This record gives sequence, C-alpha cells and structure tokens, in this order.
Amino acid sequence: MLELLLTPFELEFMQRALLGGILVGLACAIVGCYVVLRGLAFVGDALAHAAFPGVVIAYMFKGNIFLGALIFTLATALGIGFVSRRARTSYDTTIGILFAGAFALGVLLMSTIQGYTVDLFSFLFGNILGISTGDLWVVGILVVGILVTVGLCYKELLLLSFDPTVAAAMGYPVVLLDHLLMALIALTIVIGIQAVGIVLVVALLVTPSATGYLLAERFLPMMLWSALAAVLAILLGLYLSFYVNVASGAAIVVVSTLLFFLVLAVRRRDHAGSL
Amino acid sequence: MSQPSAISHQPSAEFAGHYCLEVRDLSAGYGAAPIIEGITFGIPPGQIVGVIGPNGAGKSTLFKAILGLIPRHRGQILLHEADALAQRAHLGYVPQLDATNRPFPVSVEDVVMMGRYRRIGWLRRPGAKDAAAVRAALEKVDLLPQASTRIRELSGGQQQRVLLARVLAQDPHLLLLDEPVSGVDATTQHAILAVLEALRDAGKTVVVATHDLNCVIDRFDQVLCLNRRLIAYGPPAEVFSEAVLQETYGSHFMVVRVGDRRIVVTDEHQHSHAHRTP
Repeated sequence: MLELLLTPFELEFMQRALLGGILVGLACAIVGCYVVLRGLAFVGDALAHAAFPGVVIAYMFKGNIFLGALIFTLATALGIGFVSRRARTSYDTTIGILFAGAFALGVLLMSTIQGYTVDLFSFLFGNILGISTGDLWVVGILVVGILVTVGLCYKELLLLSFDPTVAAAMGYPVVLLDHLLMALIALTIVIGIQAVGIVLVVALLVTPSATGYLLAERFLPMMLWSALAAVLAILLGLYLSFYVNVASGAAIVVVSTLLFFLVLAVRRRDHAGSL
Repeated sequence: MSQPSAISHQPSAEFAGHYCLEVRDLSAGYGAAPIIEGITFGIPPGQIVGVIGPNGAGKSTLFKAILGLIPRHRGQILLHEADALAQRAHLGYVPQLDATNRPFPVSVEDVVMMGRYRRIGWLRRPGAKDAAAVRAALEKVDLLPQASTRIRELSGGQQQRVLLARVLAQDPHLLLLDEPVSGVDATTQHAILAVLEALRDAGKTVVVATHDLNCVIDRFDQVLCLNRRLIAYGPPAEVFSEAVLQETYGSHFMVVRVGDRRIVVTDEHQHSHAHRTP
C-alpha cells in the first residue's frame, strides 16, 4: 500500500506537480473563501476566461504568458465596474459581455496561428504535470505574497466582506480594499490556470471553499478547512491522473467536487445557512 | 410648507455650551438632486435625539451624509467644532438591519470585535484589552452567553443587539442608529433603549431615526422632524404639536393626554387618503 502511495512521487515531474498543485490549491482555497461568501463565482469564471486572449497574444509574440494573462485579467476586473457604470447594465450582464467577448477574441487569435497550438490547449485545461522548476519559483513567491497579504489585511478584508457600509463609516478606504481583493482574486486565478486551466479554475476557486463553508462556523476555520479540502483534492487528483491515466486538471476538479458532496452528505444537520 | 416652524431650534449666539454635533446648511442626496436641503441644527453632548419623518423624508440620507457615505452638495458637519469626517473614530453607526449577511461564518464575538478594528489599527491583531471591551459590550446588551454563537443563528432582535454591542465596543462620542427598534419585540426595544439612555447619561450623543413616535415622546430629549427639510427641532413637549406632526407627515395626528403621559395617535376621521401608520 505504501508503495502505491509513494511510487508516483519518485518521479521529479510528479514532485513538482504536487508542490505546484499544493501551492496553487492553498491560494485558491484561501482567496476562494471571499469568492464564495461574496457571490463572485461568475466574476471569477469571467476573469479566468478573459485571460485567454492575453495568453494567446503572449504566445504569438513569445512574451511572458503569465504576464499576458494577468494584464487581461486585471483589465477585465477593472472593466466590469467601469462598463457597468457607463452602460447602466447590471454587473451580471456586463460580466457576461466581457467574459464571452474576451474569450472569443482569444479563440479568434488562436485560429490565426499556423501550425502547432496544442500548447495553448494546455492553458485551457491545465498542465500541472508540465510545471517547470522556474514556474514553481514564480508560483511559490506569488502564493506566499497572496497569503501574506490576506494575513496582514485579515480583519479589514473580513469587515469589508461582512459589512461594507460600516467599514466605510469607520473610515476604511473601501474602494481601494475592494480593488485589492479583486487583484488578489485575479492573481490567484492566473496562478490557478497553471494547474487546472482556464475552463476549470473557477472550480478550484469555489469548490474547496464551499466545502470549508460546510465544515466551519467561523471565518478562519473556514479558510483552514478549505485549504485542507484543496490539498486533498490535489493529492488524490494527481494519484488518479497517474494511475488511471486521465487529465490531471480535470481529475483534481472531479475529486474536489466529490469531496464537497461527501462532506455535504455526512456533516451534522445544524449547519444551516445559504450560499 | 416653505417656512420652518416657529419652534425650530437653530444654533444661536446665546448658546453657551459647545455642541457635540453641529450640522450647518446641509444638502445631500444620491444623484444630482438633493433629497434633504438646508438642514441646520446642533446637539450638545449627553442627549438622545429622535429623527422622525415619513418614508422618503431623508432620515437615512441625513445619517449617510453625516457619516460621509454619500456626497454632500453643500453644508458643513462638525463634531466637537472640527470636521466630523476627520474624527471617524468618534462616529458610530448602526445601520438598518438587513438579512443579507446572515450566512457569513462569524460569531457574535467576531462581529462585536469589528468595532475595535480602528483602535487596533492596521497590521495588528486584537489583544486582551480588546477581548475585554468586547465582553463588556456584550454584557451591556445581555448577550454574553451567546458570544460564540454564529450570527446567522440569532433572531432579528438579537442581531440588532449585536450591532449595538459592536458600536459600544467602538466607544464613539456620537452614535447614529437607523431604526434600531423597528421590527423587534417589545422586550428588546426596552433593552436597547435602556442601553441608549445609559450612553446618554455617560455624556454621549445618541441620534436615533425611528418610526415610533410614542417612544420618542416618552424617552427622548429632543426631536428632529424631517421631511426633506427641517420642519422642527426641539424637546418633544414643544415639538409634538398636531400642527408640526401634520406638516411633517402630511397626515393628521392627535396628541392625547393619558394621566401624566402623552400619546400620539393617528386621527382616522380627518384622513382624506389611505391610512398610513407611522
């Protein structure tokens, strides 16, 4: 039995995948708590898809793909507020417009590339097994940065999420704090794309945190349970990918989803509430 | 409806003491057109003031303007004779209770601790003094046994008391409460008002927007009648005349004496349109 558990991680690429996956999972779980409690799942999905044209353009011009993704994601995050105010449309509508438009732009650009574009598909569906040591360093530093920021601004972000009106009355710069949170979400999404790809990163942002929500009564425990759920999903997903020979990103998300339903089925009745 | 009532209490040169809150010629609203205009009044420390008026009169707008949550079109807001928005630690706000944040995973203690955040400061964590202040605040609203309970498991009245405890933990000089006793049971109402009276006795200034005219006439020091502009401001004994209430609400009230108390009732017979309970 022990052999089965250890064999995959004798391989270097699996070690990197595990480490990268855990780092990504931690960031997604922690930041995902805000996404889940503030109803930002649709925005998260939109930001992930909006990264695609940035990825394609960077790929076409041999630029830094991560940076390309981040620029488009951040621009979309800001754009949602801007366009909503101008067009007087609801956030829901504006998000829909930018989401689909940006993604279609990416597909359009991709269709102009002559030749080999399989690499780009890995951005759509994830390629944690292909993560390099260099990538690991970047991801590691960014994840530490995200977690430290959340830790330093823990109580302010909690108040902002729970009661933005009173936060403003107390004198907190709520608009700036909101931008900070959106920037953290955007960064987490771009990192998460490495593991599970654009199409599925919203799952990594939502499902482990939703699982944490089922298990916790207070915010910090919710974050810790979410982190545990994410790490477990990464680990089991990687085993599944290795032994059953299926796509790693999808395996992680499927495991994460099953874990959510398992917890839902066995948790105690008194955890009432709505998400 | 164009002249302020004769008994409106404007800040004047004869007033010797200092005002805790002073509002001068305030106009504010959410868009281009102001909802409230020309609001001027001053409240000395150690008072409970009721703000009354019909729906849409601008009671919430007034509070939000004082707190800087909406832009002012004109006017000044002074706390202890200096700009109020530079002294936010001393502005306490209890907004109207709404159910939208019920599912948040926070305990009663967590919510009350939020009142201490400014005092704690950025980057630092709550300490023993903060924990003690939170416990003291919960004791005052009689919720200490529920300190670890999730906020979503409490009743509406209990949640209201938690928000009150939060502002007690903040310990500001001026408290603005937007309908703190609407929609809660009578026992909770009494409990909340008792806490507010204790704050008044300790020298704080408490301003309460409310629909409950009988509560105001009974227990408040001053009343501010608002209907987009200041109709009257003064002690209930002076302000609660049928003429002022008519002008404020646009419908007819009677002030009835029962023993040594006065009670406000709507006068059914003189209504020309649908009855509306304040």
